[in-house]
Amino acid sequence: MNTANDATEQPMVRFDGVTKSYGALTVLDDLRLDIGRGEKVAIIGPSGSGKTTVLRMLMTLERINDGVIWVDGEPMTHMEKGGRLVPADPRHLRRVRAKVGMVFQHFNLFPHMTALGNCIEAPITVLGLSRREAEERAAELLDLVGLADKKEHYPAQLSGGQQQRVAIARALAMRPKVMLFDEVTSALDPELCGEVLQVIRKLGSEHDLTMLMVTHQMGFAKEFADRVCFFYQGKICEQGNPQDMFAAPQNERTRQFLRAVMDSV
Amino acid sequence: MWDWEYAISIMPALGKAALVTIQATGIGFLLALVLGLILALLRMSGPRMGWAVSALIEFIRSTPLLIQIFFLYFVFPSFGIVLDAFTAGVIALGLHYGCYCAEVYRAGLEAVPRGQWEASIALNLGTYATFKDVILPQAIPPIVPALGNYLVALFKETPLLSAIAVLELMQTAKMMGSETFRYTEPMTLVGIIFLLMSLVSAAGIRWLERRLNRRSAR
Repeated sequence: MNTANDATEQPMVRFDGVTKSYGALTVLDDLRLDIGRGEKVAIIGPSGSGKTTVLRMLMTLERINDGVIWVDGEPMTHMEKGGRLVPADPRHLRRVRAKVGMVFQHFNLFPHMTALGNCIEAPITVLGLSRREAEERAAELLDLVGLADKKEHYPAQLSGGQQQRVAIARALAMRPKVMLFDEVTSALDPELCGEVLQVIRKLGSEHDLTMLMVTHQMGFAKEFADRVCFFYQGKICEQGNPQDMFAAPQNERTRQFLRAVMDSV
Repeated sequence: MWDWEYAISIMPALGKAALVTIQATGIGFLLALVLGLILALLRMSGPRMGWAVSALIEFIRSTPLLIQIFFLYFVFPSFGIVLDAFTAGVIALGLHYGCYCAEVYRAGLEAVPRGQWEASIALNLGTYATFKDVILPQAIPPIVPALGNYLVALFKETPLLSAIAVLELMQTAKMMGSETFRYTEPMTLVGIIFLLMSLVSAAGIRWLERRLNRRSAR
């Protein structure tokens, strides 16, 4: 339906009127958001504002109630059938989902596999790589995140920061076009955050990846992101480039939020 | 009271019968393990299927094993399904204990953190790979002791097969007793054989448990 040409002009991710509710509680209300190719977007906001739900929907961990999510020029939550968009079947979901990778707040590494095992499982079973190919690629990625010497370690033998870096390598091993980072430093001791953020910084410069991150690290958001979106009660309350937004937030809610988090630092 | 000569003379026959008991236990438990896993997975596969499977499990667990054995052996032939005594007995054991094992598997599966499922989705693993490589390797080691208890329990229930004349230990001892009117030696020996085999399998389970613990503690 798309030629390769317009695909490059389309946004990498598009939320088109996406609504998510749990019973009577609306978590996200008619979300409209385009994310460009290679763009780094930070999502900030108070807890319960729906920011994590944005990532979880894009990873297909949550069903949406209304609207369509597009990834790389094609609908993800829906598929085309007889000229109309109908809800996606599992096969379609799986195909489009391959373009998205995610890193979780609590790492979610497979505890019974080594760092290397974690990074080769999906490339072998999903992408069909040979064990050797998968191991070579995993070794490169573990090297990229600074853990070349921890290949044979089990998650329990690694620090939180190291585990989270393995989780980043594991997600990258699937060669996603979009990487989602869900509060990836929130479960870490402060002194371990730096090594994880350093890896994310490196990814930003070395890879032409589209990155979406939910974060409480305002300093990092300011320095790293091309754009910051402030969520409040299921809506984007304000967005813009980080310099402007942190220096002179336009919205009262944003001002209150930024004042509160900056004070707590 | 106790005739050593008689005791020794019946030992070879009891040894043979012990093999039948071990076979019934082994095949029955293998069946229970496989069936239990299938039932546990089916129960997770959807609300309607889950309800049907739960009802089946409840039904089988709430009726006596002896009745199930009789049903398979004496009632099934009227539906055209004729099973020999050993097969009927082993299927009944496997089915009955499979339902108990299904509950154990369920506990193990539910104990795997939700994050493991989410990571599997995020890595685009299929259902089969998710279960085989991620979920089951974490769900099963903690439930080995509970499954082991059912192995010993199933083993101790095999004398029920004597009711449909399977020549396992109990049936053999009963027949010896009715031939010679001496029950002391055969029944005592059968009791001792059961005790020894229970102790051996309990030790085996503890060994397996320790090995699995060592592996997961790495």
